[in-house]
Amino acid sequence: MTTAIRPYQAVFRARFNLLLQYRAAALAGFGTQCWWGAIKIMVLAAFFRGAGSTPMTLKQAIDYIWLAQALLTLLPWSVDPDVARMVRSGDVGYDRLRPLDTYGFWYARAVARRTATPLLRAIPMVLTAGVVLPVLGASDWALSPPAGWNAALLFTVSLVLVVALAAAVATLMEIITVAALSERGVNMIMGGVIIVFSGNLVPLPLLPDWLQPFLQLQPLAGLLDTPLRIYSAHLVGAAAVTALVRQVLWVLVLVGIGRVAMARVMARLQAQGG
Amino acid sequence: MNALRLYGRYVAVSWRAQMQYPGAFIATSIGAFGATVVDFIAIWALFARFRQIEGWRFHEIALFYGVVSVAFAVADALTRGFDIFGPQFVKTGDFDRLLVRPRSTVLQLMGYELRATRIGRLAQGMIAWGVGMHFSGIDWTWNAWATLLFAVAGGAALFCGILVLQATLAFWTVESLEIANTLTYGGVEAAQYPLDVYARWFRNFLIFVVPLGCVTYFPVAAALGRADRTGLPEWLLPLTPVFGFLFLAVALRVWRFGVRRYTSTGS
Repeated sequence: MTTAIRPYQAVFRARFNLLLQYRAAALAGFGTQCWWGAIKIMVLAAFFRGAGSTPMTLKQAIDYIWLAQALLTLLPWSVDPDVARMVRSGDVGYDRLRPLDTYGFWYARAVARRTATPLLRAIPMVLTAGVVLPVLGASDWALSPPAGWNAALLFTVSLVLVVALAAAVATLMEIITVAALSERGVNMIMGGVIIVFSGNLVPLPLLPDWLQPFLQLQPLAGLLDTPLRIYSAHLVGAAAVTALVRQVLWVLVLVGIGRVAMARVMARLQAQGG
Repeated sequence: MNALRLYGRYVAVSWRAQMQYPGAFIATSIGAFGATVVDFIAIWALFARFRQIEGWRFHEIALFYGVVSVAFAVADALTRGFDIFGPQFVKTGDFDRLLVRPRSTVLQLMGYELRATRIGRLAQGMIAWGVGMHFSGIDWTWNAWATLLFAVAGGAALFCGILVLQATLAFWTVESLEIANTLTYGGVEAAQYPLDVYARWFRNFLIFVVPLGCVTYFPVAAALGRADRTGLPEWLLPLTPVFGFLFLAVALRVWRFGVRRYTSTGS
């Protein structure tokens, strides 16, 4: 068992350490996220001031926005540039020569990409929004603690599932890149799709009511919306557990699709370069 | 050859270069359109839920958004050379080549590329603008048009100024700093809503430090007949985009200072 997973562990660790190097980029990104979060919260607060009943409270919406900013780099916005380069240069052929399951190899790499950078970005953001803001006297705008021990526990489980789901989506995007020989089209489409359907653009519960049944069923809700609503007790009890099950199901479905697609694409792989 | 004709030459060359790949041009433009239309979806969705924001209606926000988007699209298309100045010119030492030519560095960087694909953002902004005007039910006079067009010009100047400052920073940091995005893309995000929805400190920042409010909020509010919301005399509002040009002038001053203390990194 241990020898079987060791190569995947090694891929993960090497990747993780590499990604931790980009500290300056993380700092710039952190500034950008604070700024963006502040604007979004001020605008939402202004909308809420004139509203009657709303599908979520302002407090819940504020938590949602800060956490969405904190988890920004967790989402599969674009194809791993290294994979894009491999496809362009034909080096993707080398990955086929390794005595490993290519899907598992790529999936492990995608998981690493979704844990190292996001960790660096999330911690300062959570500390700023959750600790510094209340100290400065802006508690109304701050990130509150989880709604309870139950919420905290389910939130943690959901976050792990987010990583699994995000890596499955990312691997699928990489497989499409191999088939299309270019990452451009995938990046162009997925950026917009993810920002809308994960809840990063506007918290999903605030989107029109007639869209809600669809929004909750589609896979990308599990990338952001599910853990964030559990965190602030917008999703509790059976509804929260159902949402977690839905995350698991989508991970299984997308990994399954990814495996089938990879087998098909790799069967007629054209390696570029020369 | 005078500067304007030379710039025309630059533009023609850049256009021809980009039209070598018409398919890529069309695809990238459509992609830019799609990526920016997401912002407008957010506005639409929030208004579908809340109906109004502090008494402002959907069509008014659409006009704010349209004006600031068009202004940024114009600036973004013009200033590609400044945008990638750090990695493309400072890091490589290529800026030395610009310095030995008998033309101003600003002209040469402006001429580096006219980004035609920004037509995607431009089109998107114009649609929002049209939506805003159409549903306002206002009889648009020449005066109001002039106010809006001056706002776009001032806004484009302001965004150009921000990009020039971003490039100037590269003299010290070598790399381009992503943080300037907070003022360009983040500026578009902030200026699409009227300033009176924001907290006081943020409002003051957007008027006195980076005068985004002067190039969009004041003139557009005047054009919409909502001058009362701004707390300023009505005759003053259409004139405030002047501060966009002033910001650009200051930015170019700082740029000249940066150029003077530039030391080459090339080998």
